[in-house]
Amino acid sequence: MIELDEIDRKLLQALARDAGQGTAVLGRRFGLSQPATWRRIRRLEQAGVIQARRLRLNAEALGFGVTVFLGVKLARKGQISLEDFERAVSAIPEVQTVEHVLGLYDYRLRVVARDLADFERVLRRRIMALPGAGDLEANVLLSEERRPGPIG
Amino acid sequence: MLDDVDRRLLRLWQADPTMPVAELAERAQLSPSRCARRLERMQADNVLLGIEAVIDWTALGYAVEVSLRVTLDKTQSRAFEEFIQAAREVPEVLEIQTFLGRVDVRLSVIARDMAQYQQIYRDRILTLPHIADIEALMHISRIKSDEMLPI
Repeated sequence: MIELDEIDRKLLQALARDAGQGTAVLGRRFGLSQPATWRRIRRLEQAGVIQARRLRLNAEALGFGVTVFLGVKLARKGQISLEDFERAVSAIPEVQTVEHVLGLYDYRLRVVARDLADFERVLRRRIMALPGAGDLEANVLLSEERRPGPIG
Repeated sequence: MLDDVDRRLLRLWQADPTMPVAELAERAQLSPSRCARRLERMQADNVLLGIEAVIDWTALGYAVEVSLRVTLDKTQSRAFEEFIQAAREVPEVLEIQTFLGRVDVRLSVIARDMAQYQQIYRDRILTLPHIADIEALMHISRIKSDEMLPI
């Protein structure tokens, strides 16, 4: 596994907050040359620590006023293929994330919609039509906060 | 207000945020300067908030991820504030979300292994204030995680 030093950790934290800044700016902050900064970021990417870059958009300003987390229990387990369910649910554009979990539910979905009426449409026409979808539990997201996590 | 060109830009960039602005402009059939102006305007209008690096915690040795669904004791008027404030102090907590529904607050917690998870759960989570009930969902795999908006 990759070992991180103090500078790697700071770099990672800075990139998790804002990956749009250039390597020159980042390097100056941590006392590194631009090539050295670039090499460190490259190493974090190659080790899979930085798995992707994500554009942060203001969902509400783009007309998506509602985010709902859905717990989905599969009906008739054993008779349906998990791959089929996962493929079908991932293809729904309003479904932002799909997590396979163990516990009260089998899958946890993050669904975005324009408003509650739009959410109902997605729920009835797309989610409930999925192969194997059984019990559902919906929780409407009120607030969300991402923490830096145990770096450093 | 956003027009169709703005939306196209966001759609394209969202699909590949590592794309340089010059390439984005070309794909959206805009000149680089007009493309940059539109991006700047959307940044100023708080539509485009930035780019973030997504950390894969499993690559850093955090093999366990648990979703904790917490019901709070709502007879306490400051239950939410005090719980959230205390949860922020736990470094292994990655996400804090509040909900309207059966669940009040959800915490996403990571740990290196089950032994460490158990320790965090006992020492740091169960000691958080105003918990009435708590349910755990163990994370198995992430099937889709791009968090794209259907613009």
